[in-house]
Amino acid sequence: MYRIIAALALGLLLCSGPLQATATLESFKFASTEQELHFKDLISELRCLVCQNQSLADSDAELAHDLRAEVYDMLQAGKSDEQIIEFLVARYGDFVLYSPPVKPSTWLIWFGPFVLLLFAAMLLLRSLRRQQQAPQQEISDAERERLEQALHNNESGEGPRS
Amino acid sequence: MTRYLRYLVPLVLFLLLAGLLYRGLSLDPKIVPSPLIGKPMPAFTLPRLDDASATISDTDLKGKVSVLNIWATWCTSCRAEHGTLLEFARANKVAIYGLNYKDNRADAKRWLMQLGNPYIANAFDADGRAGMDWGVYGAPETFVMDKQGIIRHKHIGPLTRQVLATEILPLIAKLEATE
Repeated sequence: MYRIIAALALGLLLCSGPLQATATLESFKFASTEQELHFKDLISELRCLVCQNQSLADSDAELAHDLRAEVYDMLQAGKSDEQIIEFLVARYGDFVLYSPPVKPSTWLIWFGPFVLLLFAAMLLLRSLRRQQQAPQQEISDAERERLEQALHNNESGEGPRS
Repeated sequence: MTRYLRYLVPLVLFLLLAGLLYRGLSLDPKIVPSPLIGKPMPAFTLPRLDDASATISDTDLKGKVSVLNIWATWCTSCRAEHGTLLEFARANKVAIYGLNYKDNRADAKRWLMQLGNPYIANAFDADGRAGMDWGVYGAPETFVMDKQGIIRHKHIGPLTRQVLATEILPLIAKLEATE
């Protein structure tokens, strides 16, 4: 049993080696691992327009290949993240960004939930206050008598009549 | 009055939300609005498809209403729209240019020979660098420019007779009427 598990684990290990290598996509050369990580961070924050639920880092679309190469070239040329993002947004729009910038057309998605929360809190507060302010109602003598009778019935074991 | 309001407000809110979501159902998420609309067309200078020694640039498209169609022989929807493009060219309403995007020159020339050539001229964008400047993410795409070379419209996906009749031709007529 242990041998089988060990063999399976070894097999997995061997398989994942080369798989991981292809997962880094093209073989870009970096001066340091820091640069490489920075590149990977940047492309995983950008969205591929072809496979829309994948980032530039994950997508195997032709355009994603081209854009990765472009981002790589720009990074190597010393461009900042802002410049690279600006380059892409100018061509493909805010769609390439996973988090949309705050501007009038996106106010609803950025602030809408908070406005709703505020609205709900106000409603809650209002209804709570109303409950507190509601006058305590006195019960009438007739009601008191019925109440006592009901309690008495219960004690004598008859239970409430249904 | 306030009694009715209790029921009316949630009902109105629900209807608004339902309307919004229903609208979302009919939108195609594959169509991403271009940020280039209303901006001057990106500059390019590329070899011509039919003659590698000659070039074509954005200035060739200026001074008149123009259409730039992005296509490739590997793109199946381009084949689907080709008939419509030929009809469009025959109507002789506007100068139609092509951007042959990430294609093989020999294949592209053969395509035009066999299927017919609706274009005044084709730019040959082998590496897709010009396509990137135009924000191309999937051929076919079609841009309409006014006389100043400002991009006025982008159609994503194959052109159809209906698209021509409802989107493209009315716009061209409008752009032709203005200086």
